[in-house]
Amino acid sequence: MSLITGIFIGGAAGYLGTLMLSKRMALVAGPLGHLTLPGIALALLYGFDVSLGAFPFVILGIILIWLFGMRTKLPMEALTAVVFASGVAIAFLFLPIEQAETALVGDITKVGFADTFLVSFLCLFLFLIIKKIYSKIILINISEDLAKSERIEVKKYNLLFLGAIAVVVALGVKVVGGLLTAALVAIPAATSRNLSKNFFQFSLFGLFFGAISSVLGILLSKFLNLPAGPLIILTATLFFLASIVLRKR
Amino acid sequence: MNKESNTILKVKNLNVVLNNEKIIENLSFKVKRGNVLTVLGPNGAGKTVLLKTLLGVLPYEGEIKWEKEIKIGYVPQRLPFIKDIPMSVEEFFKLKEASKEEIKEILDSVGFEENPALFQKRGIGELSSGQFQRILVAWALIKNPDVLLFDEPTTGIDIGGEETIYTLLAKLKEKRNLTILLVTHDLSVVFKFSNFVICLNKCPICQGVPKEVLTLEILHKLYGEEVKFYKHHKH
Repeated sequence: MSLITGIFIGGAAGYLGTLMLSKRMALVAGPLGHLTLPGIALALLYGFDVSLGAFPFVILGIILIWLFGMRTKLPMEALTAVVFASGVAIAFLFLPIEQAETALVGDITKVGFADTFLVSFLCLFLFLIIKKIYSKIILINISEDLAKSERIEVKKYNLLFLGAIAVVVALGVKVVGGLLTAALVAIPAATSRNLSKNFFQFSLFGLFFGAISSVLGILLSKFLNLPAGPLIILTATLFFLASIVLRKR
Repeated sequence: MNKESNTILKVKNLNVVLNNEKIIENLSFKVKRGNVLTVLGPNGAGKTVLLKTLLGVLPYEGEIKWEKEIKIGYVPQRLPFIKDIPMSVEEFFKLKEASKEEIKEILDSVGFEENPALFQKRGIGELSSGQFQRILVAWALIKNPDVLLFDEPTTGIDIGGEETIYTLLAKLKEKRNLTILLVTHDLSVVFKFSNFVICLNKCPICQGVPKEVLTLEILHKLYGEEVKFYKHHKH
């Protein structure tokens, strides 16, 4: 069960990650992930699904970052840092310490059959959405003016894009927890960028490295009896390091 | 009626304000089909803003009236972010939903004679700046626009062979019956290539046939006293 869930979420995160990286916003998933911590804490306290708990907080985070961006001239990084720390701080006010590990680095072993089914379905749906908006978002990332001159509704596509990010982050906390979600999105995409010559490869490798890192991480955790979240991320990092070496063609 | 004399763009009392700053004030002009109009002015005069406003991506007051169902191609000045994304030439064109035949034809007409199948697989990031400039022109020409809006082609760029970006544009204009609106600060371009000029430094300073309106006095007004001025007598 956990393997299937991991493959789907890892793949979707890696795939979407390539789009986020091309918009230079791969790190936005970081503060969003951290902001989910209060939601995860609530979910753990009251015994409902962590992704469900995380989701409203991700939406809140996106709205906050968007509002800050409009109201102030601070760079995105500064804004995200504010949101980032606040999320962690709030969560630790009431998060029971014995549950902290699950919240921070995830616990994929907890997924059941219904959960897996739902997640897989959601990820497939997400995949289709991302595929549909992919080339439009790429054009918007290259130049909003150019996109507008092609009569692309930039706002609509950006909104869909942000929505997809929200869902991926909320699902990501299930696998790797609030602290590591950003890495699940960013690392496979960065690896893929090192290895690809065109954006077809870029998106495909992103998906592939996202999925394979999850699988290997989860398998390793079974053998080593260590938490899966950190192992998934470390596997992804290994692939990234390998990609740097391979890049020197 | 002679179709060549059709007005395809009418601009009346155009005002553009961005971030509480007046960028363009009270500009009115007309463009006829087949014209090459240059917008001339110093840096920060609002030339690029004018193009973008005409393109419909910036808010404005006043009237901008394009001929019905006109197709506009836009050549931006540069695309600084494009090299962040791994992308082949072919994929760049597919963003505009161009067919394989279209891509081939257009690459040929902007002077890429390399094996098209091979060339299209090349990464955008590997191109020289001259090649990239040609690609941008080609991209704008997909779907056969009636009008080309061209933002300040880098002058002196080597686009390969004997050609400059302007001889290429002149050739394309004839072949494809284009109307061209071009932003530049290069005077020689205005004289050699265009038949109508608008001088802009936030407020419109002059407009008309380049050889008639671009007097030394006007240029001083536009650029300040230091401007040196060589008229081209090549005709």
